Amino acid sequence: MLDPKGRVVMVSGAPRGVGRAIAERLLDQDRPVVDFFLDGAPAQARAGDTLLTAILAGGHGHVRHSEFGDGPRAGFCWMGACQDCFVLVEGRGARRACGTLLEPGMKLRRR
Amino acid sequence: MTRADVLVLGGGGAGCSAALHLARRGADVVLLERGLVGSQASGVNHGGVRQQGRHPAEIPLAIRSRALWSRMRELCGTDAEFDPCGHLKLARGEAEEAELLRWNEMAAEHGLKASMLGRNAIRAQHPYFSDRVVAGSLLAEDGSANPRLLASALARSAREAGATLLEHHEVTAIEPGFRVEASGREFEAPVLLNCAGFWGGKIAETFGEPVPVYPLNPNMLVTEPLPFFCTRNLGVVGGDVYLRQIARGNVIFGGGRGESDPALPTSRPLPEPAFAAMARAVEIIPHLADAMIIRCWTGIDGGMPDALPVLGPSRTTSGLIHAFGFSGHGFMLGPAIGAILSELVLDGRTDVPLEAFDIGRFARQTALAEDASKTRLE
Amino acid sequence: MSVVVVGAGPAGVRAVERLVAAGLRPIWIEEAPDGGGRVFQKPPPGFSRGHRALYGADHGRAFALHAALAALKPLTDWRPDTLVWNLRPGDLDVVSDGTHERLGWERIILCTGAMDRVVPIPGWTQPGVTSLGAAQIALKTQGLAIGRRVALCGTGPLLLLLAQQLTKVGAPPVLVLESAAWSTTLRAVPGLAWNPAAALRGMAWRAGLKVQTGAVPLRVEEGCTALRWRDSRGWEHRTEVDAVAMGWGLKPETQLADLAGARFAFDRLQRLWLPERDAAGRASVPGVYLAGDGASIGGSVVAELAGTRAALAVLQDIGEKPDPLETTLLDRALAREARFRRALERAFPYPHALAAAMPDETLLCRCEAITAAEMRASAAPEINRGKAATRVGMGRCQGRLCGPPAAEVLAQAIGCDIAEVGRLRGQMPVKPVVL
Repeated sequence: MLDPKGRVVMVSGAPRGVGRAIAERLLDQDRPVVDFFLDGAPAQARAGDTLLTAILAGGHGHVRHSEFGDGPRAGFCWMGACQDCFVLVEGRGARRACGTLLEPGMKLRRR
Repeated sequence: MTRADVLVLGGGGAGCSAALHLARRGADVVLLERGLVGSQASGVNHGGVRQQGRHPAEIPLAIRSRALWSRMRELCGTDAEFDPCGHLKLARGEAEEAELLRWNEMAAEHGLKASMLGRNAIRAQHPYFSDRVVAGSLLAEDGSANPRLLASALARSAREAGATLLEHHEVTAIEPGFRVEASGREFEAPVLLNCAGFWGGKIAETFGEPVPVYPLNPNMLVTEPLPFFCTRNLGVVGGDVYLRQIARGNVIFGGGRGESDPALPTSRPLPEPAFAAMARAVEIIPHLADAMIIRCWTGIDGGMPDALPVLGPSRTTSGLIHAFGFSGHGFMLGPAIGAILSELVLDGRTDVPLEAFDIGRFARQTALAEDASKTRLE
Repeated sequence: MSVVVVGAGPAGVRAVERLVAAGLRPIWIEEAPDGGGRVFQKPPPGFSRGHRALYGADHGRAFALHAALAALKPLTDWRPDTLVWNLRPGDLDVVSDGTHERLGWERIILCTGAMDRVVPIPGWTQPGVTSLGAAQIALKTQGLAIGRRVALCGTGPLLLLLAQQLTKVGAPPVLVLESAAWSTTLRAVPGLAWNPAAALRGMAWRAGLKVQTGAVPLRVEEGCTALRWRDSRGWEHRTEVDAVAMGWGLKPETQLADLAGARFAFDRLQRLWLPERDAAGRASVPGVYLAGDGASIGGSVVAELAGTRAALAVLQDIGEKPDPLETTLLDRALAREARFRRALERAFPYPHALAAAMPDETLLCRCEAITAAEMRASAAPEINRGKAATRVGMGRCQGRLCGPPAAEVLAQAIGCDIAEVGRLRGQMPVKPVVL
């Protein structure tokens, strides 16, 4: 019997797609395109997207950086509980990205 | 029955520091704390380490304590995040500016060097202030610390020095002598230190010297981490708001009062003073308007009508020494209060003048007030 | 009579329905833009999938609940998009789109719902790692998969359900790690004719899902490119992924009950501190009623029953005389469901040993970025003292996520029973607010 301690079994992934955009548009995506701004740059999403969806499905990777230097964050619970997806909406202040619907022309700023 | 040289009632900053100083000098000390050390006023306050703005009578205490803060690591193994960032007290009008000048002049007699910042200087150095701020007084050697860390560190060092600190020991009976019952155990010592904060009033009353102490619940708030902008610990003349930004970015501020039931004990912050403190903070620092508040809290301190503590020997009972009623500004003083108490116990004297804190002042005032009312009646 | 209902999920809808039937017009507060709760959350306008696609086997109940919700809104003081951020005897503070208001209450039913319970692991704060609930909400309300190569880890019905849902829409997870061992599942329910846990497993198996049982995640690698995990025999594996969803059961959102002053007790089975309540939902504080997953995890069927029951308790307490048969039937149904629930809890327990043993470098508190090592080093006698010493639980979420695992870490560090380290006390505001 082999001692499993310290041994690692490798399972390889698919050749593409690993570690890229988070959130994959899968169903119900034939909705009108909505323009918005992310950190000053024009970006596009779909009507009915939350800010979190707009950012992540758009391939922008994260919604904020931890204030304490441990890297980017992209929320966790998607239900307004973890408080980890605040993003600045110009003119409205900090909003939870998971519970706020994108509106045309919104200017989002990541911290 | 546990016998000791000194019994300390109350595990706040003053009580824990007293236990530490006494134990370091070889006294056999037992400290009794109802909950956990540092649970009330000394653990949940704003964390100001400030001589700035104090009543003249408190300045010698504050100077003595400030010296201890510089060697806090030596005293208790941690600096409790003490940062000598300076305390800047702000004036929001000419009357307040005059008040700053008066205080600075008085403090200079005690050797404290506060410097005035006029309208231009304060605008140049602190561009985030609004026009409401017309002047400030900076006491550069003041600062701030993390109140959550101090009492427990002092307690740990006191234990290491040989003191016995018993948490979850609520005092249920006190008799002269002194015999104290707590959690079904009996303790006896010739000296009793009353460091019990608001509850110190009840202990004083037991020995026939009631004082008009009331539960004081400073309403505290903290924002989410914000980009760093402010190095100084900030206050205002009148004290209706005070704030500081910690190195992690959060702005901690206070103002107004929460509510409490000292009998349980329980305390909770309230929305109205939180709104008011926020409004006052925004009045001087407009960009705080969008800051999210992530938590509010309060605790229970002993407030005195004259905002001065009761500190010194009992008037009725030999061997009993009071140190309570710090009225919301005792955190910074705690370390020195403990040192002073140890001197009173072991040397019978201390260099710091304590007359203004005499418990007898209330009896005199009551007598005066009664005389006055009699006069009116006649 | 000012009656307030907080929450418009299954419990809230049924509570309001019963109050309205008795002629009351409650104030009804919901934090989300619309009701339904998390389980029956609706996609925003513009999405086209129907109830059957969105809610699967529960589509009938979802449809009924949405219909009730729509019918009840005009009969109440309906306040969506509104956060209750403070609660005291007699009043509460709400904010809606930046506007604050103080409301009075004489009776209040808290139907505050639940969130995922986690075991923090190294790397779990990175983009790409979400809760199981998050992955399900993404799919249900946004039509998203959280990644292309998704690993699911956790325990219980939600894990298997989500795996099935993803598979059904053509995005099967690359890895499903169920922390409970098969033996635990089978032992869980002696005396019940039907083993809900085993049934779930059977369904998963028939759906063609390969589930690693007794398996736990160890670490999410840098950039969320791979998950290290351990199987039931102790072998370590590395699987390349681009997203990980995790959740070991649910935990109630009890912050408002806490602020109301409700007494809490430690529930050994759920291994959580729960607000005490009687069979009808009355909390220890007069005028406060608790229903649904916000009081104790029971699932949406229980929540609907408990919502109605709590409303009946309110009616009884204000002197109405509802039909005793109605309460009897409800109480019986609730007792029956509770037996199944206990079986589920035993079948899919929170892996507390995994939490207690989390590596030192794990970011235990993600808000404040505090490691497990710091909590261990505090050697605090109870969790609030640990919070004071380390800042664990002091951040934006106030310990919602880190509270239970932090208690496990501390209890093991100081060698005491989990109940003895206590629970993090809640403070206003229950969520960040601009004042």
